[in-house]
Amino acid sequence: MRRAILIAVPYAWLLALFLIPFAVVFKISLSDIALAIPPYTPTAKDGIWNMLSQLDFENFVFLTEDDLYWKAYISSLQIALISTVLTLLVGYPMAYAMARAPEQWRPTLLMLVILPFWTSFLIRVYAWVGILSGEGFLNQFLLWIGIIDAPLTILNTNTAVYIGIVYTYLPFMILPIYAALDRLDGSLIEAAEDLGCSRIKAFWLVTIPLSRNGIIAGCFLVFIPALGEFVIPSLLGGSGTLMIGKVLFEEFFSNRDWPVASAVAVILLLILIIPIVLFQRNEQKQVEDGK
Amino acid sequence: MNRLSSFNVVSLTLGFVFLYVPMLILVIYSFNASKLVTVWAGFSTRWYGELLSNEAFLDAAWVTLRVAVISSTIATVLGTMAAYVLVRGGRFMGRTLFSGMIYAPLVMPEVITGLSLLLLFIGLGLDRGVLTIVLAHTTFSMCFVSVVVSSRLVSFDRSLEEAALDLGASPWDAFRLVTLPIIAPAVISGWLLAFTLSLDDLVIASFTSGPSATTLPMKIWSSVRLGVSPEINALSTILIGLVTVGVIAASLASKQAALRAKRDEQAAARAA
Repeated sequence: MRRAILIAVPYAWLLALFLIPFAVVFKISLSDIALAIPPYTPTAKDGIWNMLSQLDFENFVFLTEDDLYWKAYISSLQIALISTVLTLLVGYPMAYAMARAPEQWRPTLLMLVILPFWTSFLIRVYAWVGILSGEGFLNQFLLWIGIIDAPLTILNTNTAVYIGIVYTYLPFMILPIYAALDRLDGSLIEAAEDLGCSRIKAFWLVTIPLSRNGIIAGCFLVFIPALGEFVIPSLLGGSGTLMIGKVLFEEFFSNRDWPVASAVAVILLLILIIPIVLFQRNEQKQVEDGK
Repeated sequence: MNRLSSFNVVSLTLGFVFLYVPMLILVIYSFNASKLVTVWAGFSTRWYGELLSNEAFLDAAWVTLRVAVISSTIATVLGTMAAYVLVRGGRFMGRTLFSGMIYAPLVMPEVITGLSLLLLFIGLGLDRGVLTIVLAHTTFSMCFVSVVVSSRLVSFDRSLEEAALDLGASPWDAFRLVTLPIIAPAVISGWLLAFTLSLDDLVIASFTSGPSATTLPMKIWSSVRLGVSPEINALSTILIGLVTVGVIAASLASKQAALRAKRDEQAAARAA
């Protein structure tokens, strides 16, 4: 009996506030825009049969006709992918060095990685506005040391978006990789070296495969949220930066076209289902391996 | 294994410079006398004064704090329950769906979560305000709590619980007297995580709040959209300061607790 309550309460909460809302989004993505508030015609008002006959895919057709949306999906995928690779390139060496650091340093290094994660996301993105702008600190510094003659335009470009994503999501990449490398048995690498592998070869053949789960978890933790990112492209990106999170936000709050915003969300969700399922499997496997 | 090559040292140094310099610049320039944020014009605490006399910011901070305390507390209870079910619950109908609903919100883009909750609240006819933000924040942060707590539950010795049950404790007593004290550090860090996530959230709060409730991130957002502002630098410095003190205090406390546990264990071993 107690067990049933224990299961039912969080289960019901998540069903009501996580799963059912998606059904609502799906339903609204299939309804017409009306000028009433809320700005959509409730599709279910005339019973199930009418609902089925009224279903229309107009909003989805609209999405395929306007190439703004296609471009936004493609460029979001591109930006998320490039930023994930960049985050991995920055994060892996850091995680590796942390795992090799003397035992007594590790808690401090770990805390230094976690600390920015506890600090406001919005503020960390905002910090880059002052650095990357035309008369910002980066340009002042580069002009001062004489690398460039004229200020670079970085703010309001995709480069700024990459920097923002790498910066804010770096801890999510480092932590799972560090956890995997920390568990790694050092004698395996020694064995590989004793058997004649060079250090670099041992790294590729032993360390990388054994930290695979950490790399996968880290990449998903960066890629999936980055795909729907809103704050970073709005604050650091320019008018040319198309990302689907930004399009959805604007469709909803500026154009007040709720059905189209819902259709945008449904397609984004469909794109994300595969990575999310893979991520969940990977996590589940790690929990079970830990037992 | 415990030798750092020069490559390791360089990558750590550059990595930490990258992580910390932007925040350091923000902190330094919050004490700048000039309104032009990139030109240094001498030390001043003027922006802190202006910030503290700004009613709108103080109101927003109060709303945010209330939402964060309530939602993280409910999320901790629900998340701990969910973790217990996932790790100890055995098989039950819909277990896969349940674990899916725990992991999916961890990575779900905020725009989708926000939009879907807003449409639900409108469908239900709920007035948007503090209550709806609390419901939204509880939902995603309970999943983070659950992940933190279940990692602790997985690693702890189950025979302790079984011993309590064998000695006649009811399941609830076994949980309260044995399991809970052991997982307490994870429950506390789960609460802290939920609390910070709630303090931090802009997108979901923008979707689920109404005209009656503006949170601090929403307030910050509306001013940073217009560019860099010294008042926001001052506010950022206060927030960064609070987080730094909090994290350092928490890590010192957990270090002490670990030392104490070790001493107790050694004492017990000597006694036996």
